[in-house]
Amino acid sequence: MIEEPDRYDYLPLIDRPKIRWPNDARVAFWVCPNIEFYELDPPEGQGRPLWPRPHPDVLSYSLRDYGNRVGVWRVMEALEKFGVRASVSLNAAMCDHMPEIVDECLRLRWELFSHGIYNTRLISGMTEDEVREVIRDSVATISRHSGAPVHGWLAPAISATETFFDLLPEFGIRYTVDMVPDDQPVPIKVRSGRLVAVPYSTEINDIRIMGVRGYPAEQWAAMIKASFDQLYREGADNGMVLCVPLHPFVVGQPHRIEALHDVLRHVTSHDQVWLATAREIADYYDAHCYDEAVRYRPSEMAGSR
Amino acid sequence: MSGERLHYPHRKRGLDHAWFTHEPTFSRKPVAWPNGKQVALWITVPLELFPLDAPAQPFRPLGGLDRGYPDFWSYSNRDYGLRIGIYRIMRVLDGLGLTATAAVNAAVAMRYPRVVEEARLRRWEIMASGMDMGRLHHGSLPIEDERNLVRDACAIIAKAAGKPIAGWHSPAHSESMHTLQLVRECGLDYVADWANDDLPYLLQTSAGPLCAMPLTFEWSDRLLLVQHSLTVDDYQAQIMRAFQRLRAEADQRGAGRILSLSVSPWIMGYPHRIATFQRLLGRIVASGSIWHANGTQIAETFRDQVLRAS
Repeated sequence: MIEEPDRYDYLPLIDRPKIRWPNDARVAFWVCPNIEFYELDPPEGQGRPLWPRPHPDVLSYSLRDYGNRVGVWRVMEALEKFGVRASVSLNAAMCDHMPEIVDECLRLRWELFSHGIYNTRLISGMTEDEVREVIRDSVATISRHSGAPVHGWLAPAISATETFFDLLPEFGIRYTVDMVPDDQPVPIKVRSGRLVAVPYSTEINDIRIMGVRGYPAEQWAAMIKASFDQLYREGADNGMVLCVPLHPFVVGQPHRIEALHDVLRHVTSHDQVWLATAREIADYYDAHCYDEAVRYRPSEMAGSR
Repeated sequence: MSGERLHYPHRKRGLDHAWFTHEPTFSRKPVAWPNGKQVALWITVPLELFPLDAPAQPFRPLGGLDRGYPDFWSYSNRDYGLRIGIYRIMRVLDGLGLTATAAVNAAVAMRYPRVVEEARLRRWEIMASGMDMGRLHHGSLPIEDERNLVRDACAIIAKAAGKPIAGWHSPAHSESMHTLQLVRECGLDYVADWANDDLPYLLQTSAGPLCAMPLTFEWSDRLLLVQHSLTVDDYQAQIMRAFQRLRAEADQRGAGRILSLSVSPWIMGYPHRIATFQRLLGRIVASGSIWHANGTQIAETFRDQVLRAS
């Protein structure tokens, strides 16, 4: 077992290169709906229970299916209304099970990136070749359906192996959202090629805040607006990223969806915001910021910046 | 076997151990803080490292990685505190002219010397807080192993601090039966683990006395915001309530009180909380009733006025 990831260098907030986003935007804002398929009867022995109750866990399964029957369409309507193109963390098997949802994402010119095959198939404990097969299959399935390459990755159900980051570039993956140490992109060290961690969020994730903690949607929206306001202030000096991760089965409920409208209204009412996709952020960072970031050596002395 | 359950060897007046005597806080000699301030504001900032390979036994501390190995997701969420969050907290305290006491895991001093340097630049007190959040002090740790752990952690942290350290906080407030003695053996003056008083008191160990300092757990950000899932607005309300009560008691009794805040970079340093924290501290400072001090200043003042006199 390893003690630390050792995947990125230490760049303290007060001593790092400045990012200038296009058009002097202070915040690059992206929205990440997780469009997922959870199997009713997934294989056992994946290291942790996949459902809270014994299979078939009809209540949990059908709640997630609500996301695909109802919630996702409400999320699409909200994002279209405010002119925000999402970047979808997509279980590739959705292309097989519910292609009409994927087609609607494409009509909206949303970006699709890989979230593995199913959310009930973890990569935990897999060999490197098994992980490779998951990456290969998911990238091939999504790009076959969309006609566009797949550049991003979020491991299914946030599972992990020690080395999966190293395997991503082999399949054309350029960004990951599996590492969340920062409000700016972070170069991730891999065996070969380049990989960038685009900021995602464990903190304002709808499933964690509303699903697990049980906050009312208004409280969730208040957290996101406070995050945005803080990053907007700081972004005047050094460009920041805010990601809003969504799960249609959580935020797409009728008592919650208006909170998403509220968030989008707040963000889009500001001038210096870049409404971006994850790939656009990764590409811009790769072209303008990556080299400087990996060359930069912060001081060990205090007070310098 | 059941006979043992009917045998009460420590059933006598006072406590069932020899570290301190029972002494209700309201009957003790009052302390007066400098300039007649009612409440000492003691802000501790834990600088913690949660290793990927931390054992699940004897227990996972609050903040311990719990999504299954290797939990990069939680690791990097905590690590955010040391890249980003700590500097937001420093900015807030700098802006209000406040000092703090950093409770430092030795692993942080080694891995991220810049963070400790920034704390020193601000004249924050550096306090030792074990090796890292995966190496807890607990009852089944052999005493020689624990002695090495305490000694190594203190040496590493004192080196980073550039001077001897006075205070100790065990990771996750967890001790063995020997921790107090071992901390005292390393020459430290105070320990901040026990949750039984608003004010300092004296602990006796086989290696000599230690001052027990009231580092709060009950209204720490990790208990209220992480464990109990309060919103940051509710957190603010709870802290203000505690502050107002402590100040009122200080006024009524002419006895100084301590508002102890434990503020974690990986909790309070996130952008959805930091502005509310700044407003909260601004309100407390604006009250004019605060002596803002570090752990050593509070412990020494208390010791001079109360512990030595009694």
